[in-house]
Amino acid sequence: MPRIIKYVFYDILRTRFILLYTMFLLLSTIAMFQLDTDSSKVILSLMNVVLMVVPLVSVVFTTIHFYNSYEFIELMLAQPVNRPVIFLGEYFAVALSLCFAFTAGVGIPMLMYGSGIHGFTLLYSGLMLTLVFVSLAFLSSVLTRDKAKAIGVALLFWFYFSLIYDGLLMWIIYSFSDYPLEKITLALVSLNPVDLARILMLLQLDISALMGYTGAFYKDFFGSSLGVIFSTSVLAIWIVLPVAIALQIFKRKDL
Amino acid sequence: MIYISDLSKQFGKLHALAHVNLEFSSGKSYALIGPNGSGKTTLIKSVLGMVVPTSGKIEVDGANIHNSWLYREKIGYMPQIGHYPENMRIGQLFDMVRNIRKNPPILDEELMEAFALTTIQDKRMHTLSGGTRQKVSAALAFLFNPPILILDEPTAGLDPVSVEILKDKILQEKDKGKLLIITSHIMSDLDDLATEVVYLHEGNVRYNNSIAELKDITGETRLGKAIVQMIRSLEKGIPEVINLK
Repeated sequence: MPRIIKYVFYDILRTRFILLYTMFLLLSTIAMFQLDTDSSKVILSLMNVVLMVVPLVSVVFTTIHFYNSYEFIELMLAQPVNRPVIFLGEYFAVALSLCFAFTAGVGIPMLMYGSGIHGFTLLYSGLMLTLVFVSLAFLSSVLTRDKAKAIGVALLFWFYFSLIYDGLLMWIIYSFSDYPLEKITLALVSLNPVDLARILMLLQLDISALMGYTGAFYKDFFGSSLGVIFSTSVLAIWIVLPVAIALQIFKRKDL
Repeated sequence: MIYISDLSKQFGKLHALAHVNLEFSSGKSYALIGPNGSGKTTLIKSVLGMVVPTSGKIEVDGANIHNSWLYREKIGYMPQIGHYPENMRIGQLFDMVRNIRKNPPILDEELMEAFALTTIQDKRMHTLSGGTRQKVSAALAFLFNPPILILDEPTAGLDPVSVEILKDKILQEKDKGKLLIITSHIMSDLDDLATEVVYLHEGNVRYNNSIAELKDITGETRLGKAIVQMIRSLEKGIPEVINLK
C-alpha cells in the first residue's frame, strides 16, 4: 500500500492542481486577515469559504483524478496487487494531498495572525468535510464508467448538501412549527455533513443567530463537549460509509 | 496450468462468454482466435481478474483465482491497447512496475534492449506512438520472466523489424516450456508461434485442437486457409471437423 500511495502522490503533484488550491486558500485567508482585525469575524468569513469551496474542490478534483488514473489502476490490476490495496491507496493519496493543501493554505496564515481555538475548529471541520466529500466522490466514480456522469453525480452531492438540503430542512421546520421538532431536526441535521460541520463551528462562535435556520436551531441543544463528540462520530460515519460501499463495488468492477 | 470450467460472463444483456470450458497446459502455445467481439479479450481479462465472471471457475496452478491476486506474479500480460499513466516517463514506468512486484525474479531485459527502449527512457508516455507503446507493453510482459504469457494481439501496430524481434522472443520463451496464449488476426504469425488453436464464436468455444490436426483434417498447409475451411464447415454444420474433439 505505501508504494501505491507514493506513486499516486507523485502523479497528483505533477498536475500542480494541489499547489494552485493551496495558493488560493493561502491568499484568500491572508486577504481576510488583512481586511479585518477581529479574528472571530475572519473565522466567520472563512467558514463560508470552507463550507462551500472545500466540498466543491474535493468532489471535482477527486472525480477527475480517479478517471485520470484509470490507466494506472488497469496497469496495477495486471500486477500481483490486491484490488482493495489499489483502491484504498488511491483514496489515501487523494485525501492526504487535499488535507495537506487545506492545512497549509488555511493553517499557515492562522499561525501568522493567531486565531486560537476558533481557528483550530475551523481547520478541524474543514478537514472532516474534505474527507467526507472525497469519500462521496469516490463512490460516484465507481458507480459509472462515464466520466461526465460521475462528475455530474459528484456535483449533485455537493449541490444537495450545500444548498438543496438546507432549503428542504427549512421548509420542514416551517411547515411543522406547531410540533416539537428538536429530536427530528437533530436526526435530519446528521444526514447532512455540511450542516454538521457548520454546527461544529457555530458552537465555538457566538453568532449562530446570523447563520441559517439549521445552525441557529441547534445552538442550545448541543452541549459543547457532547455536541462535538456527536458531530465527530456522525462525520466519521459519513467518511467511512461511502468509501466502504465504493470499495465493495470496486472489488467486483470490470475494468 | 490454467483450467477454466463453465465460465460465463454477461455484460447487461450481452453474453460475452457462455459456459466456456478450456484447459491450457504449460509447454504449449495457444492461438486464441475468433471474430471481433467473440469474447477473446473478455476471456483473457477474466483470467487476469480484471473482469469478474458472472459464473464459473478459473484455476491457475490448481488454485481458484477468485479474490486472489498473488497468482498474477506468474502471468505476463501484453494488452491489446496499452494504457499507461500519461505523465510518466518510460524509465519511471519500468521502475514503478519493478517496485510494485514484491518478489522480483531474475529480470529479463532482453526486449527492452532489443527495442532500444533504454535509449528513450526519458520520453513521456503521452508522446509515444502506438507502435512504441506496443514495445513498452511487450517489454513489460516479458520483464519478470513469468511462466505464463498472455499476449493480446502482440504484433498489431509494430514495424516489420520489431515484429520479427518479438516473434523470435516468443518462440524462445515457448521453447523454455512456458505457457503461451496469443490472440491475433494475423494467421501467418500464429502459424509460426502457436501449436494449438482455440476458436471462439459469440462466447462459445467452437474448436479446440492442435494446429497440426486441423491442417491434416482440412488438407491445407497454411493455417489461414485451414481456419477458413474450419469456420465454413462449422457454419454449414458439417460434423467431421466439429467432432474432432
